[in-house]
Amino acid sequence: MLLKNVNKHYGELHVLQNINLEVARGEVVVVIGPSGSGKSTLCRAINRLETIDDGEIRIDGVKLPAEGKALAKLRADVGMVFQSFNLFAHKSILENVTLGPIKVKGMKSAEAKELAMSLLKRVGVDNQAQKLPAQLSGGQQQRVAIARALAMQPKVMLFDEPTSALDPEMINEVLDAMVTLAKEGMTMIVVTHEMGFARKAADRVIFMDGGQIVEEATPEEFFTNPQSNRAKDFLGKILAH
Amino acid sequence: MDNFLSLFETYDVAGAFWVNIQLTFWAAIWSFILGTILALMRISPIASLQWFGAAYVNIFRNTPLTVIIAFGVLGLWGQLNVVLAEDFQVNFLRLAILGLSIYHAAFVCEAIRSGVNTVPLGQAEAARAIGLSFLPAARLIILPQALRGAVAPLGNVLIALTKNSTVAFAGSVIESSNLMKEMIEFRGDLVIPIFFIFAMGFVIIVVPIGLLTTWLSRKLAVAR
Repeated sequence: MLLKNVNKHYGELHVLQNINLEVARGEVVVVIGPSGSGKSTLCRAINRLETIDDGEIRIDGVKLPAEGKALAKLRADVGMVFQSFNLFAHKSILENVTLGPIKVKGMKSAEAKELAMSLLKRVGVDNQAQKLPAQLSGGQQQRVAIARALAMQPKVMLFDEPTSALDPEMINEVLDAMVTLAKEGMTMIVVTHEMGFARKAADRVIFMDGGQIVEEATPEEFFTNPQSNRAKDFLGKILAH
Repeated sequence: MDNFLSLFETYDVAGAFWVNIQLTFWAAIWSFILGTILALMRISPIASLQWFGAAYVNIFRNTPLTVIIAFGVLGLWGQLNVVLAEDFQVNFLRLAILGLSIYHAAFVCEAIRSGVNTVPLGQAEAARAIGLSFLPAARLIILPQALRGAVAPLGNVLIALTKNSTVAFAGSVIESSNLMKEMIEFRGDLVIPIFFIFAMGFVIIVVPIGLLTTWLSRKLAVAR
């Protein structure tokens, strides 16, 4: 995956400034930075939930289409996990996971069900399959959201602050599912404030501030020896406690 | 009291109300279909469709229903020779249903749009993120939730439609308000009871609709 000179403005605000980023297959990239640094926007731009003003984004060498069927097809290849889970509220857990394979990929219902159950089992919520999203805890819902994204057999998974809306005791169950996924070789871009996850699972850490990529390093380097003052300042604030 | 009861023997009150029920039933179905299509246009990503939907709503919502119904008979049938049925009365009935549907579709559209506003943006984003394009996302994710959120406002449209079906009078349909006028003409001595009969008739039809939609809107509410 390749991002080249990507720019985006919200009115006066230049939220993404000349972003250049390359992510190799199987690589796990963690994006960190203060609120408003553009990291979520970056994540959402990759499957075009946010449009960009200029520059280009390529996935597997194919330029991100602007709209229509081609865009829908690309999105099917890019899994997305949201901060607020966004499970389909009127559908059961099982239906949430089977919907994409059946309606987008044309998979047979029985086959999709089997796939969904194996994915739900993998994230440990297979015993909740018949319930509605609102009946599950936040951590369980987010794990279902991961299963829903995986059901499309995506080439890359995007995580937009997946644990920020969770109670503290539920964060680990979601992070564990993500660590497992990373170990299995999934290409991942993770926007998060969980430094533990970055240390454990990331191949590379990207630090963003003010719409720019300020620093790029391995987790080891970044946490022990940050180069930029802004990164030092940021780490100082969050690691002090 | 005997006088009062004799009204029911002389005049077919139930038959007249039956015409209103038919008008309401068919206009409800057609306006729901048309209103849903209009709502889809208004929330679609295509600017020209959005424009058309908004223009339709603003034109028909702001035109008096009497004008639309009268146009059905005087304009569509009288001038343009639009015939929806061979039978004279059935033709007028269908023209009135057409007018009622076109008018109330604007309100149905807005009721559904208010329902769409109850669906969090994240639902549409998640639908797009798994690769659904606009129409499948609308059909599978947005509309099912929006309609559940729109039950109460849709019920209000249906209640208004039921009572507005008396405007079919202006389209030469013989229905309850038509019969009421006739009864008052011949039995002026019973004018108060006659008003009472027709007022109660509509209350009996409309109250269950209100109760039903209130119950449905609770039962179908989407848990979040």
